[in-house]
Amino acid sequence: MTAALSSVPAADFVATKVEYAAVLPMFIVFGMALVGVLVEAFAPRRVRYPIQLVLTLGGLVAAFLVLVLYSRDHQAKTAGGAIVIDGPALFLQGTVLVLGAVGLLAMAERLDSAAPDTFTQSGSAVPGSPQEAAAVRMGATTTEVFPLVLFAISGMMMFPAAGDLLTMFVALEVLSLPLYILTGLARRRRLLSQEASLKYFLLGAFSSAFFLFGSALIYGFAGSVRFGEIAKAVPQVGGMDSIAVPGVLLIAVGLLFKIGAVPFHSWTPDVYQGAPTPVTGFMAACTKIAAFGALLRVLYVAFEGLRWNWQPVVAVVAALTMIVGAVLSVTQTDVKRLLAYSSITHAGFVLVGVLAMDRTGVSSTMFYLVAYGFSTIAAFALIALVRSSGSEATHLSQWAGLGKSSPVLAGAFSFLMLAFAGIPLTSGFTAKFAVFGAAIAHDGTWLAVIGVLASAVTAFVYVRVIVLMYFSEPSGDTAVLTPSVLTSTAVTIGVAATLLLGIVPSPLLDLAHDSSLFLP
Amino acid sequence: MNGLTSYSYAPLLFFAAIGAGFAVFSVAAGALAGPKRYNRAKLEAYECGIQPSPHAEGGGRVPIKYYLTAMLFIIFDIESVFLYPFAVAFEQMGLFALVEMVLFILTVFVAYAYVWRRGGLEWD
Repeated sequence: MTAALSSVPAADFVATKVEYAAVLPMFIVFGMALVGVLVEAFAPRRVRYPIQLVLTLGGLVAAFLVLVLYSRDHQAKTAGGAIVIDGPALFLQGTVLVLGAVGLLAMAERLDSAAPDTFTQSGSAVPGSPQEAAAVRMGATTTEVFPLVLFAISGMMMFPAAGDLLTMFVALEVLSLPLYILTGLARRRRLLSQEASLKYFLLGAFSSAFFLFGSALIYGFAGSVRFGEIAKAVPQVGGMDSIAVPGVLLIAVGLLFKIGAVPFHSWTPDVYQGAPTPVTGFMAACTKIAAFGALLRVLYVAFEGLRWNWQPVVAVVAALTMIVGAVLSVTQTDVKRLLAYSSITHAGFVLVGVLAMDRTGVSSTMFYLVAYGFSTIAAFALIALVRSSGSEATHLSQWAGLGKSSPVLAGAFSFLMLAFAGIPLTSGFTAKFAVFGAAIAHDGTWLAVIGVLASAVTAFVYVRVIVLMYFSEPSGDTAVLTPSVLTSTAVTIGVAATLLLGIVPSPLLDLAHDSSLFLP
Repeated sequence: MNGLTSYSYAPLLFFAAIGAGFAVFSVAAGALAGPKRYNRAKLEAYECGIQPSPHAEGGGRVPIKYYLTAMLFIIFDIESVFLYPFAVAFEQMGLFALVEMVLFILTVFVAYAYVWRRGGLEWD
């Protein structure tokens, strides 16, 4: 690097121009995360929780307002082409900010303890051990999760806005590393949580290597890592398909892993089950949004010219994802694992939209991600409230009869289940209608047929949960905790958005359509 | 570009076959040709060539001081990796690069302040 820089003649150096108006939302989130770390370092333990909660939520709201009121009028390819703030990037960044804030409300839930209820105060200690009791007595806190979430969100904002493969890789790591830590911080069933964290880390590192190897091949093919340059090189460079095609597919493996598509899905059930439940909701919504944004940009901007090579592969992956996710969700007996397989199936539905390869593909994909994100965060926030003998009651048999003992929770959860199934008047229906419509209009009818069949299979699974809650006798000591205003707000927002997007989807559909053009 | 003909995929398949063949060959050759002399040390979990440290009663804590030190080293190592080329070329790059570098060092300093305040620099 030294040699490369010093060989640059003095006159050739031009300071990179950065369109600060376009990247300001990312700066706000990242800056708030740094401030959060300093709060952890210098503020007394007692005041950390309120400070962090206000800082984090304030930062997310401020970033969203700046994005909507200011950055959207300053769309640009900036920082030497490393960051591209265009319609899809802004739409997905805004979505990540909103859903991140909703997810954070659920994560910050304290119930009756002094620290966020779902996170351990002493991650290295055995649950129930004297060390843990001592840590709690000393007032140890878990407010590190707030800056961690902000770091993850800043990575998620950069991921769909990356303008080259290296920036995309850095964003991938920035969003992944905090999630690995958050996954391992569960207060209850900690061994499961730590096992999930380790699995997620190892497999995530593995998939990052795939992404990097693909990037190296593409650099060898195109002589550049910028998406615009790669797109120009595709029709010009001949006879090098043996580098380009593996390059595209390896990059796709790295991204499809984050999305949780079959056959790169095997981490999903274990990690979703082991992670603290609100973190699972955050991951299921926001990680998927960021990863689909990156996948859209890679496939639509950089490798559109190679689509005859990768499109059949991704179509098979989409079909497999829908089928395997739907079939395996039938056999699940744990609510969190069931929703994990449900998220795999939904990833398959979204991939069907991605394959449409034009503006309807982008807009339907983005609409689906918003709809699914609101529903899934609310669903996981509700799961965190169902307890049995001090631990979360995630086994399906423990949910029997909840319709009688806690009708509000059962009603909200049933509504979200119907949305996952795609029943009309929920956002699930409009979202599925959008992606399957986009697919049918672009030679993807066979995928839409598989999608509808998979929906029918998963509808059985969701309805079975509803039947269990309303038509079975309660068993065991399952109790539903009364949440504070934080979780209530998160669930209310999630359910309201699911209903609104089902009844009046057109404003958001129009916004998604207006935001669906990539800058080349 | 005739991407759909089988010809253009031939090098790919060839490469995949060599890769798979090498992996299978290595595993098989190791199993067939390698000596099999089992003793106690061979059957234990590998831990840097030393006796695996026994776990505390009930799976207690394991000291990870070296790990913390190594992590800190990596952070400052990365910082100096960026400082060297900057020091060589900063005259050409002027004020812009100086501001960028100060921002970068401040960011690393936040991590340092966190580690310092939370006791990461104390050995015991």
